[in-house]
Amino acid sequence: MNRQMPGRGPARPDGHSGARSEAKAEEQRLETAVETDDGRMPPPAVPPSAQSGQLHPELGRTRPLLQRIMTGEALVAVLAIVLSLVAGGLLIALTDERVAAASSYFFARPSDTLGAAWSAASGAYAALFQGSVFNFEGDTFARMVYPLTQTLTVATPLICAGLGVALAFRAGLFNIGAQGQIIIGAMFAAWVGFAWHLPAGLHLLLVILAGVAGGALWGGLVGLLKARTGAHEVILTIMLNYVAIYLVGYLLTTPAFQRPGSTNPISPQLDATALYPRLFGDAFRLHWGFVVAVLATVFVWWLLNRSTVGFELRAVGANPEAARTAGISVTKGYVVVMLMAGALAGLAGVAQVSGTERVLTSGVAASFGFDAITVALLGRSTPWGTFAAGLLFGAFRAGGVTMQTNTGTSIDIVLVVQSLIVLFIAAPPLIRAIFRLPEPGQVRRSRAARKNSPAATGGAA
Amino acid sequence: MSTMTAKAAETAGAAGAVRSWKTPVILAVLAVLALVVFALGAPVNAATFRLSDPSDAVVLPDLVLSAPVVGWVSAVLLLAAAALSVQAVRAGRQVPGWLLAVFAVFFVAGFLTWVVGSARTPNVALYGLLAGSVTLAVPLIFGSLSGVLCERSGVVNIAIEGQLLFGAFAAAVAGSLARNAFVGLLAAALAGVLVSLVLAVFSIKYIVNQVIVGVVLNVLVSGLTGFLFSTVLSADAATWNSPPRLPVLPVPFLAEIPVIGPILFRQTVVGYLMYVAVAVIYVGLFYTKWGLRTRAVGEHPKAADTLGVKVNRMRFSNVLLAGVVAGIGGAFFTLVSVSSFGRDMTAGQGYIALAALIFGRWNPVGAFFAALLFGFATNLQYVLSFLGTPVPNQFLAMLPYLVTIFAVAGLVGRTRAPAASGIPYIKG
Amino acid sequence: MKLELKGITKKFGTLVANDHIDLVVEPGKVHSLLGENGAGKSTLMNVLYGLYQPTAGRILIDGDPVTFHGPGDAMAAGIGMVHQHFMLVPVFTVAENIALGSESSKAGGLLDLDATRAKIRRISDTYGFDVDPDALVEDLPVGVQQRAEIIKALVRDAEVLILDEPTAVLTPKETDELLAIMGQLKADGKAIVFISHKLREVKAVSDVITVIRRGKVVGQADPGAPAAELASLMVGRSVSLALDKAPAQPGEVTFQVRNLTVTAGNGQRVVDGVSFSIARGEILAVAGVQGNGQTELAEAILGLQEHVSGSITLDGQELVGRKVKEIINSGVGFVPEDRTVQGLVGTFSVAENLVLNRYDREPFAKGLAMNPARVAENAAARIAEFDVRTQSAAAAAGTLSGGNQQKVVMARELSRPLKLFIASQPTRGVDVGSIEFLHRRIVAERDNGTPVMIVSTELDEVLELADRIAVLYRGRLMGIVPGDTSRDMLGLMMAGMTAEDARAMQQPDARQADTAGGDR
Repeated sequence: MNRQMPGRGPARPDGHSGARSEAKAEEQRLETAVETDDGRMPPPAVPPSAQSGQLHPELGRTRPLLQRIMTGEALVAVLAIVLSLVAGGLLIALTDERVAAASSYFFARPSDTLGAAWSAASGAYAALFQGSVFNFEGDTFARMVYPLTQTLTVATPLICAGLGVALAFRAGLFNIGAQGQIIIGAMFAAWVGFAWHLPAGLHLLLVILAGVAGGALWGGLVGLLKARTGAHEVILTIMLNYVAIYLVGYLLTTPAFQRPGSTNPISPQLDATALYPRLFGDAFRLHWGFVVAVLATVFVWWLLNRSTVGFELRAVGANPEAARTAGISVTKGYVVVMLMAGALAGLAGVAQVSGTERVLTSGVAASFGFDAITVALLGRSTPWGTFAAGLLFGAFRAGGVTMQTNTGTSIDIVLVVQSLIVLFIAAPPLIRAIFRLPEPGQVRRSRAARKNSPAATGGAA
Repeated sequence: MSTMTAKAAETAGAAGAVRSWKTPVILAVLAVLALVVFALGAPVNAATFRLSDPSDAVVLPDLVLSAPVVGWVSAVLLLAAAALSVQAVRAGRQVPGWLLAVFAVFFVAGFLTWVVGSARTPNVALYGLLAGSVTLAVPLIFGSLSGVLCERSGVVNIAIEGQLLFGAFAAAVAGSLARNAFVGLLAAALAGVLVSLVLAVFSIKYIVNQVIVGVVLNVLVSGLTGFLFSTVLSADAATWNSPPRLPVLPVPFLAEIPVIGPILFRQTVVGYLMYVAVAVIYVGLFYTKWGLRTRAVGEHPKAADTLGVKVNRMRFSNVLLAGVVAGIGGAFFTLVSVSSFGRDMTAGQGYIALAALIFGRWNPVGAFFAALLFGFATNLQYVLSFLGTPVPNQFLAMLPYLVTIFAVAGLVGRTRAPAASGIPYIKG
Repeated sequence: MKLELKGITKKFGTLVANDHIDLVVEPGKVHSLLGENGAGKSTLMNVLYGLYQPTAGRILIDGDPVTFHGPGDAMAAGIGMVHQHFMLVPVFTVAENIALGSESSKAGGLLDLDATRAKIRRISDTYGFDVDPDALVEDLPVGVQQRAEIIKALVRDAEVLILDEPTAVLTPKETDELLAIMGQLKADGKAIVFISHKLREVKAVSDVITVIRRGKVVGQADPGAPAAELASLMVGRSVSLALDKAPAQPGEVTFQVRNLTVTAGNGQRVVDGVSFSIARGEILAVAGVQGNGQTELAEAILGLQEHVSGSITLDGQELVGRKVKEIINSGVGFVPEDRTVQGLVGTFSVAENLVLNRYDREPFAKGLAMNPARVAENAAARIAEFDVRTQSAAAAAGTLSGGNQQKVVMARELSRPLKLFIASQPTRGVDVGSIEFLHRRIVAERDNGTPVMIVSTELDEVLELADRIAVLYRGRLMGIVPGDTSRDMLGLMMAGMTAEDARAMQQPDARQADTAGGDR
């Protein structure tokens, strides 16, 4: 779905084109054919524009700015977010008690219902914004920007784990296992954090390394099994998530992981030397883990776009057969990418135990591992896209808590909005159809095109 | 089915066949494990297996097994089976399926005797263990049948979890509002179809990667049901979240047969529907026009298209049908198992169903037995934690997942999925 | 049934694949469509078969206009098609494949395959096909699969049969059998549309020849017309059918294969005890019908095959057991047979594809860091040198035409010092202009003193390039013969006769060889 690919096929003089629909259908076919190797492979998780490295800064500057904006991925992304927020708002309004009360006399005074609906949805979203970006009711500057730092704090594990998922996607692997990798990473990091007593600096370094190693172990295991036996990574990662949950659950029943004299499934506090220092003092929870996440993003960007390892991984992901023929070991690629994906998720585990939680519990990963998948998908598996998506979802999460406390709107709505965003972004033609945008590369789109796209309707064959 | 025999014969006949040592190695490791744990580590106790409830019409005597005897016998037999598999591979043959089956039976027998014998109360109701396994397997079976329908026609269905969960939710809500469990059942089927519809539209019409759609759909359903649960359902549980249960309908006389009677003939509508669904989908897939077309569309859609089969329409309708199946499976949670909806109550069963589908080699009957295996492992965990065993509870809970990893990595490995599964069909 | 196409035009965007094509197909006649790859033959047939809707123009059957919305309509109208890539489900039996789409059912909605089996037997008997209805398609040789395809059309009462490049996958003997079957069908009053770019076959079997070039009909030809005339009509300019290359100057033998055996995953020996050697400055062509072990042989040399025994030495170094990367870096250039699957990463840029197997070597990388400037420089130089037609070096390789994609692969492999050059199907699906260019580059590499191995199923290409020819049949080497060996002798070897036997058979009856092999 590379909207910015200049020209396809041999250049031919553009005659009058009588059949836009055919042209469009063919263009779509060609696009998908490029993506799927003429139907021999499933469509990738990564748009082809992202599969090629960024070795060509000149690419994409050939078309007028306005047209690029109108047909670009950025606009689709923005509209997808808007659409999802609207859908979420409707859901909030529909389930609101005042709206329900007002709707009982809807036909007498419809404005009451609509007003209540509006205030329910806007109230919830205002609280969401207030809790994630800027608290306009705060009396000090610190209170005002506190939500933003909360967003960054929550975004930290999302970004780290999202990068792991994205990296695996780029090598053609569906890493559903970030959850397990976070847990094992957190488990290793926490143990080094509370069981070892070392000088400041060294201790934190070892905690980070332990977390990275733990995540890498759990991820690498998947890569190894996939490479050696051909087992499907989706199944392996899902199963290892459960194994990780029960493993940490078991360890928390053993004295080695429990607080002295307690049988609660909760570990001792990590040593102060094992914690990420606060970034802006004790008034904010934001810690140095965020800086680590930024560094991780830079690293993944470099890895994918400027390193030989990234070249290999991208080749393995885009066309494993060609990669093999070019002397790139596909099996090694699987192991390497899953090691790194696990390591990044492990970093998210470190952010949890050394940054925010400071103890190990069986719920240490919350649902960050699953959210990381949507973060990576939303970020189209590019490092900075994932970073931005991590910030957005971090804002949803941080703001969702405020929303739930202030307006009583359940935080689950965040999941709905998040998943809708990813769904819509994955299907640009749908967004274009809803907002009647021009097709990429075409001045005007034809309604007739719809009829030619496959399977417009269901029904028995 | 003839595929496999033909392939096996061909492989067996070929000179200098490529030898795969994976299976023998795994069998050998397991056999040694059995020797160390079941035989050398056998408890002195006897393990008692009760075959029927004292209140049953026909009462069978208890089965009392000496743990050391069974441990040694099974260990020796397992070692022998492993040796046979080594010999088979050395001779350039594949390890025969019956050997694997025998191995599995003795391993399970040895394990059961050891674990029950080591328990604080070395006495277990075998009939309950089995019946419970089937009960736990019901949603898994529906889920994997949903997967069979989708994947056989070329659409990967990761959204089984979402279909089950939405089915459970719809069954609870509709059942509560209508005060009728059967309305709930119907609503569950519709809810499954709704999830399927989104899957079909996005993966077939908009050609979005099917795994992505599936994963995201699961999140969407989880969020949506969670949101409605915490707002609507919790606010007024009596109205929204107290569905009546589906009645158990025992078949007279047959239900009294020891051990298998309750499994086959003392079920709710959902339970009976499960057996029907397995049979109907199996026969339909392999012996009807619809099945031939479905499989063709999943293997070589272009060939089907050139013969006038409407590929995407076929896929679309099969995905919707899969929604019906999985939706009914979801109803099990709220109409049979417990009679209220809970947040994320399917707890990953959809993913296990996916594993059962692969373990069962994309065959309805295979998926049925694979799901039973998972049901058995899960139920064993419950029963054993009740009996008080030396194995920590968490490890027992891991069992189904570890079995799955072993299954997909070791014994199944590179099985042949429908060739076009996951690949969209674009005409031209 | 008389079939007419009037003014058929098919556009894909701005690309005109068919431009006002008129065609009349009469019963009891073989109508050949001659044209090179990409001329628009297959598009036209897909329009006729209902897979594409024409942009303009009409299809008439017995004078009445018809519209096909899908293959089902075309079949109902009596049109059957044997596709170039067989449309058979590999894991189905022959009967299941043939029943698909027009199944008959018995009581209870169960499939009635017996009716289909009976039909298959009846048609098999009529035309002397030997096809077992219950055999699995994937276990059948391609020749038999093709017959299953023909039966599929006949079961549906096809009156017009379209055969799309049917001989591409057949041995010369199987080709002769197919041509005989076409004669029988013709005698039964069926109309046959025969699509091919092989002049010899077209001349042998046609009643009418229509030549298509760049989507347009450029003329009708008589089957008796000289081959050179047909060729120039097809290509649009006079073509010298022979590449004027200087005789080889073989140097020392640096590449040797000894007793090489490759075993496939199912235990079958796909390459069986093959030995040969190539000298510097020499082209050895490996000939054979598709699927006789050539692919595996080439892949084994590059280290892509898993189960290999025997020995492969290059400059005295053993290659068996080494990694692909080591073999590439030791100076082996490799052009795989399917560029879109093995040769290129379609979504990668042309520039990235041009360093696909050297991305980690100087000057493109230092340690782990790649150097984009060097990659871009290399791309600019190779694109200019090989005249690759692309919008920019940053365009995705998948957007290029087949010929230009092949140039990218060839440019990558030939732009470094080589000790051995292997090219599989170097010009498959490439337009004539590019073919000449690519062939010249291959000969130039030979003249540089590199041992060259060409794998090709196109006899024309083999004869054009080879200094010596090795023929493979079912993984075994039938012999190595000089580059000027006659087509007939090669044909016999490709059908499983050793060089000695083939020679013995050729000599007593030289007259026969003369008539059959006189086309070129």
